[in-house]
Amino acid sequence: METAFTPWASLGGGALIGLAAVLLMALHGRILGATGILGGLLRFTDPADWSLRAAIIAGMATGPLAWLLVTGELPVIDLPVPNWGVVLGGLIVGVGVSYGGGCTSGHGVCGIARFSRRSLVATASFMATAIATVFVIRHLLGGW
Amino acid sequence: MRLLAAFAIGLIFGLGITISDMINPAKVLNFFDIAGTWDPSLAFVMAGALGVAIPGYRLVFRRPAPAMEQHFQLPDTRLIDRRLVLGSATFGVGWGIAGFCPGGALPALGTGDPTVLLFLAALIGGLLLARVLQSRFPARKPA
Repeated sequence: METAFTPWASLGGGALIGLAAVLLMALHGRILGATGILGGLLRFTDPADWSLRAAIIAGMATGPLAWLLVTGELPVIDLPVPNWGVVLGGLIVGVGVSYGGGCTSGHGVCGIARFSRRSLVATASFMATAIATVFVIRHLLGGW
Repeated sequence: MRLLAAFAIGLIFGLGITISDMINPAKVLNFFDIAGTWDPSLAFVMAGALGVAIPGYRLVFRRPAPAMEQHFQLPDTRLIDRRLVLGSATFGVGWGIAGFCPGGALPALGTGDPTVLLFLAALIGGLLLARVLQSRFPARKPA
C-alpha cells in the first residue's frame, strides 16, 4: 500500500528527534537510544537511573496524546503485517539490537551525529538487511 | 526537575516520531521497498535529525559535563567486530519483517494500539533472550 511522500513533515519531525537527542546529552549526558533506554529499564539495580529511563519512555508515549490534543486525532498506526510476523520481527529486533548495541535512534541518529564509525557501520548494516528483507517478503514471497 | 526534564525530552522525541509519521510502520516499510511502493520520507527524517544533532552535539561537548549529571555517559568501545555487524544486520531483518524499530514503537505505545503491545512484548522477550544467550556464550573473555 502506498504512503504519501512527506518531505517537510519528515524534516520537521526529524529536527525534533535531533533536538531531543541534543537536550538529553546536554542535561543528562546520555545517548538518546531507544534500545539502551528500554534495556536499562529491564535492570532494577539503580532506582535513580530507572526512574530517569521510565520518565523518558513515559514522555515518548505521551507524544501521540499531545498530537491528539492539538489535532483532535490520534496518529494512524497501519501495521500491514500478520500478528505472527509482528511477534517474530519483535523477537529478532530484540536480539539484534542487543548484540548490535543500538538501533535507529542510538546508532542512526546519536552515533552518526558524533561521527562514530561503529554507528555508521551498524546503520549501513541494518538499513541494508531491512531493504533486503522487505524485497524478499514483498517481491519474492508475495507477502505483505 | 531531573525527571521532568527527562519526560519533556521524551515528549519532544515522541512528537518528532509522530509528526514525521515514523510512528506508522506502513510508512517505514515503504522506505525499504525501493522496488515497489517506495516512500523516501525516512531519509528526510534522518537528515532533519542529523541536521540538528551534529551541530547540537558539537556545542554540548564543548562543556566539561552535562547540566544535571556529573559526567557524559558515552560508549567506550570503538571496536568494529562481527558482533556489531551481525547484530545490526539481524536487527534489520526484524525491522523489515515487523516494520517497527524500538524508537518507533515506544511512542506508538501511547496510541493504545494492541499490535504495538504485541511488538513491544516480543521486543522485550528478544532483549531478555539476548541477555541469556550473552551470559551463556560470552563473545569475548572478560579482561
